Amino acid sequence: MMDFLGLVSFGPDGWGLSLLFASLVTIAVAACGFLLGVVLGGFAAWANLAGGTALRVSADTYTTIFRGIPDLLVIYLFYFGGSLLVTSAFNALGHAGFVGLHPFVAGAGAIGVVSGAYQAEVFRGAFRALSKGEIEAGKSVGMGRFLLFRRIIAPQVLQYALPGVGNVWQMTLKESVLISVTGLVELLRQSQIAAGSTRKPFEFYLIAGAIFLLITWLSQHIFERLEKYTSRGVAQEAS
Amino acid sequence: MMDMAFLYDTFVALLSGVPLTLNLTFVAFAIGTVLATLLALMRMSRIKALDAPARAYVFVLRGTPLLVQIFLIYYGLGQFRPTLQHLGLWQFFREPYWCAILALALNSAAYGSEVVRGGLRSVPKREVEAARACGMSGLLLFRRIVMPIALRQALPAYGNELILMVKATSLASIITLTEVTGIAAQLISSSYRPVEVFIAAGAIYLAINFSLTRAIAMLDWRLTPHLRGPAAATGKMEGGSA
Repeated sequence: MMDFLGLVSFGPDGWGLSLLFASLVTIAVAACGFLLGVVLGGFAAWANLAGGTALRVSADTYTTIFRGIPDLLVIYLFYFGGSLLVTSAFNALGHAGFVGLHPFVAGAGAIGVVSGAYQAEVFRGAFRALSKGEIEAGKSVGMGRFLLFRRIIAPQVLQYALPGVGNVWQMTLKESVLISVTGLVELLRQSQIAAGSTRKPFEFYLIAGAIFLLITWLSQHIFERLEKYTSRGVAQEAS
Repeated sequence: MMDMAFLYDTFVALLSGVPLTLNLTFVAFAIGTVLATLLALMRMSRIKALDAPARAYVFVLRGTPLLVQIFLIYYGLGQFRPTLQHLGLWQFFREPYWCAILALALNSAAYGSEVVRGGLRSVPKREVEAARACGMSGLLLFRRIVMPIALRQALPAYGNELILMVKATSLASIITLTEVTGIAAQLISSSYRPVEVFIAAGAIYLAINFSLTRAIAMLDWRLTPHLRGPAAATGKMEGGSA
């Protein structure tokens, strides 16, 4: 037991500080990907609902492709493809040699694009749940498109979408470990390094799992609080 | 712009990984389904000693990433090699294939159990009561009444689990298995043409997932003759009434 505590201590021989820092990297990369996903998903949902045929087809293609292909492949595409793109851009500017895309940027981009495809479906479903009467009522009192969106559509869509958005966040968080294959020192990669140097893989992967469990559990609580907050204006079922 | 010959060669090379991808998918899914049903029955047993462990299992397996679970089984259990050898289990745990199957099945069981539970809960009480009134009980009741209704209810959601499983098998490439994603990773690092490899591999995964989605939709159609209009139901009476 003391051995185990020594492994995760914050002293010079312990891995505590590195693991803590790596956990922050995991949260940061997942949060960046998630926010990118909110933007992409919102845009794709809008294109699907309000756009013409061309926009709708491209939004459908986007959500179908990135929900049907393994995230790992998307991460490979962004990491290697992104580096290729950056290198050729630099070469065109007269900079010779290879320039790599930072794994954090490539990773956040990849999981962002994937989570956007899922969020698009969540937003689309939430918009469908909005009653038509409310929008008509808004129009009838003379609200313009932007005002209508800000006062009527956005608050309700966010409320309906919140449980789905929470699921996508949990998914994005867990998918972020795949970025470890590109060498980004996030929680899993750090555990691999620690496991390799101490020859105790079981302990370190168990610790990584426990930290993830803590993060997902906390996120679940935060989303439950948010759900309560956003639905405060709605009559609750007596419980 | 796009090198068609290279794209074709890549596609053919990747196809050799399809059997392993499908093998991992179906073997892990089958084991996962059995475990999921057991977990769902434990959760619904109303016996605390069965319900609590099942609940904890689902919480832990759904709260941690699949890749961590794979590493814990494949690399982590290697630490206990002498013990495992003593138990005669080392043959099993030293193979990346079986470690991948085990991790995928355990993970899918946690997600699947919630779907199965939802299906079982959707069986109306009055149907069970009617069956009991006719003298059915135990296995006969389960086989004739509960299971068909629950299966019908859970099928669409369980189909999603199958698609997720296809995607999850790609993680087996990280522990050296050369299924489609494993071959794709090798091709990317040898040719350094990630876009072409991605297009070819993506097309294969989309084709697999599309066929599975269609198959599940067809199964769903066959299982729900009562939801089709009378015109459609009479057309295929002999298939649906069984």
